[in-house]
Amino acid sequence: MRYLPKSPADRQAMLQAIGARSMDDLFASIPAEYRLGRDLKVPRQMAESEILDWFRERSRENGDGYATFLGAGAYHHYRPVIIDSLISRGEFLTAYTPYQAEVSQGTLQSIFEFQSMICELTGMEVANASMYDGSTAATEAVLMASRVTGRHGAVVARSVHPEYREVLATYAHHQNLPVALVPFIESGRIELKALEKAVSAETAAVLLQSPNFFGTIEDIAAIAEIAHQKGALLVVSIAEAVSLGIVEPPREADIIALEAQSFGVPLGFGGPYCGVIATREKYVRQMPGRLVGQTTDSNGKRGFVLTLATREQHIRREKATSNICTNQALVALMANIFMTIYGRVGLRELAKQNLAKTAYAVQQFGKHANLLFPGSPRFNEFVVQTSEDPYAINSRILGHKIVGGLPLKKFYPELGNASLWCCTELTTRSTIDTAAGLVADSERSQKGMPEEESVPNGVEVAR
Amino acid sequence: MKHITRKATRHVSQNEGLIFEKSSPGKAGWKLPPLDVPEVDTQALLGSSERKDLGHMPEVSEIEIIRHFTRLSTWNYAIDLGMYPLGSCTMKYNPRVNEVVSRLDGLANGHPYQPERASQGALRIIKTLSDCLLEITGMDAITLQPAAGAHGELTGLLMVRAYHHSKGGPRKKILIPDSAHGTNPATAATVGYAVENLKSNAQGMVELSALEEQMNEDVAALMLTNPNTLGVFEQEIHKIADVLHAKGGLLYMDGANMNALVGKVRPGDFGADVMHLNLHKTFSTPHGGGGPGSGPVAVKQALEPFLPKPVVITKPDGTLAFEYHRPESVGRVRAFYGNFGMFIRALAYILANGPDGLLQTTEDAVLNANYVRKGLEGIYDLPYLTPSMHEVVFSDKLQAKRGVKTMDLAKRLIDYGFHPYTTAFPLIVPGALMIEPTESESKEELDLFIEAMRSIAEEVEEDPQIALTAPHSTRVSRLDETTAARKPVLRWKPGNQ
Repeated sequence: MRYLPKSPADRQAMLQAIGARSMDDLFASIPAEYRLGRDLKVPRQMAESEILDWFRERSRENGDGYATFLGAGAYHHYRPVIIDSLISRGEFLTAYTPYQAEVSQGTLQSIFEFQSMICELTGMEVANASMYDGSTAATEAVLMASRVTGRHGAVVARSVHPEYREVLATYAHHQNLPVALVPFIESGRIELKALEKAVSAETAAVLLQSPNFFGTIEDIAAIAEIAHQKGALLVVSIAEAVSLGIVEPPREADIIALEAQSFGVPLGFGGPYCGVIATREKYVRQMPGRLVGQTTDSNGKRGFVLTLATREQHIRREKATSNICTNQALVALMANIFMTIYGRVGLRELAKQNLAKTAYAVQQFGKHANLLFPGSPRFNEFVVQTSEDPYAINSRILGHKIVGGLPLKKFYPELGNASLWCCTELTTRSTIDTAAGLVADSERSQKGMPEEESVPNGVEVAR
Repeated sequence: MKHITRKATRHVSQNEGLIFEKSSPGKAGWKLPPLDVPEVDTQALLGSSERKDLGHMPEVSEIEIIRHFTRLSTWNYAIDLGMYPLGSCTMKYNPRVNEVVSRLDGLANGHPYQPERASQGALRIIKTLSDCLLEITGMDAITLQPAAGAHGELTGLLMVRAYHHSKGGPRKKILIPDSAHGTNPATAATVGYAVENLKSNAQGMVELSALEEQMNEDVAALMLTNPNTLGVFEQEIHKIADVLHAKGGLLYMDGANMNALVGKVRPGDFGADVMHLNLHKTFSTPHGGGGPGSGPVAVKQALEPFLPKPVVITKPDGTLAFEYHRPESVGRVRAFYGNFGMFIRALAYILANGPDGLLQTTEDAVLNANYVRKGLEGIYDLPYLTPSMHEVVFSDKLQAKRGVKTMDLAKRLIDYGFHPYTTAFPLIVPGALMIEPTESESKEELDLFIEAMRSIAEEVEEDPQIALTAPHSTRVSRLDETTAARKPVLRWKPGNQ
């Protein structure tokens, strides 16, 4: 086996040194009746070239080379090549959690920079070193709010990612934390009157997402006022991190639960991603997850350490703020490098391109289909309602090697034939025109109108 | 002499500042293509939601970014540099083909919501890995959704709870040995259980009579790591399972130490009802400075209905699909399907090994731990003489007489070119030195390690100060953790130095 650095003679010499006659001696403590007396039934040992071939085949079966209009919590942005160059360095890739600070300064300093940039972008005072993903970050943020306020109850917008809400429901069920849902109105925003009714003196947290699941940007100030009036904390989930380049962060929030996947993390069929919790300094001791702090060494030189560990499971055991141990460090490093590359100016320009592509797509789709949630600002997602079943339309779009928007029936049956579309800087005008054209064809045929030449050939470049 | 070159400071790479300190307006490491759609008026689109300013985000060029992170990287120890004997962490070689296959376009760019017919490759990877892990564990059903070991524990206990609930009552308590990892009690609390401590016996194992005494109809499960955190196989494991099952309880196995068992013995065969695996330990996915991990949970048939949703099923036409209609499911523990990128790497590892490679890996891991044990016996105190599997736990009892504690020994080990072992854990060994070499170390590397540890023990006798002030070879010396916690500085601010 090519990963094992021993010759048969080495093994023999080592057994001899130990005083064992055979390898079996070393396993004598396992009662014989439970030992597996046969080979494992797993595929035979493969050569590297065979492994590559096997996975290449799987890659081809997985929509390789398709353009996509899917977003909904997982966004297709460009990943600068130096992200992978840098995270592939063995010193980052093959290091453990930086408990031994003197030989982990690289990881520690980079996490400190990550925490600092997340604070800059979210407008919060402290950020942790990462959570598993946006869904668990949002959930842990609500649990944290419950510890801070000493209250048990969460009020959650229905426009929060449905799968995030499912995760919260799973955790809340065993934490004595009833969850009340608040509907959205025609503008796509949360219904403020219903929110006002739902929030009580028992409410620990109001959880919303902005831009929300439909891409709509919420009126944070108005929501914060309602939450704070009753002494509840406002938790804002942000699933599309690139929005922070051009959308004002929810500064009135008490806790922000971010999914940083958009910052240079591959779609990867849903993971690994990178959740983060950011909050105000006064709540830091109730925060879950690792934190890196600045300090000095015995010669007065600046250095970094994991700190405030008394919140964590390895010290506090059943009284810890969370059971989280391993987090998403290498993915946080991807996000860190991405934020460093785009920086103060680039992130805004990048977000602006997302905005422009989406505005163009909204205009094109809106010519023939019904666009839901008009009137409020949005970032890079929009909801299109068609006459025909969106699965049928998507099926035709897929023929052009394009994956259409996400049909919403499964999550929001009341929206009928609606689907959620997303454009990023990687969505080309011709892809938008093709998809919008096929949606238009569908509308026309459903309404009995003649078909037009709807898919343009040329691409006009606007400057 | 006129031409002496004086080196005023250490090399610049040793003094890399924070990225913010390199930033200045107008530098850029990015370039966007021209827009192929009309420009937009951001004010008109966003109104008061428009952000005007990105604060103190850095502005730096590409070469500066490359140098910055490359310099930082050189301040880390890594498996690629040498032995990383952290007990219970299984720091083994991270094969590079795993990194290549996980970056193939169709896999890296696959969207979790793309249509199932365009996701057959990803589903096939999930299915194949699931089948392999079920065969390795001897269990009946599995979920790959949990994102790490502790997340797997949570998922497993949620299923335990749902199981008992379906039998009439969710029960109140989880039994946890005093040798357990801190995530076990923390997880039990998260799922709403009371934690009851189970004392280990003189061999470091579960005392059957104590278990019998503490076991009753209030106990939902025992969370047991096997081999336990002393690296000792619980020889009476099946009797333990019998005691639990007789009172309707379940055996939860923490699979953190599965590297000692693969191909030799299967938890499903010795009575485990539910267990998690750590793909970032046993199955070689890189630890990445603290994640991402992946914590699949495997269960016996009786717990299958409670698996998180969705699960992967094979349709009559042979294609694969996600099944969401699971009325008894505990629900979701994470959005989408888990850390898929880690599934790819773990499967590539299994394929590279095959049945023979996996078995040899287990044997080598146990051989290495026993070789280290033999090499250090008598030099360091061995509190439990029970046979070791994949790791061995010494204590600092002998060196503590000279005022040198396990952490000091660990810091001195850095000067010898090794990463420290796990210190002060498990809690049942005061001043523990927990050493897990894994199968990835050659005899030569182990000999160097043993030599280093012996040399440190001699130094302690000659001059304890050497260890007490170690490390002496690193860029920074021991850091002031007390001030870091008392006056936390958790972010850079302009003007901070």
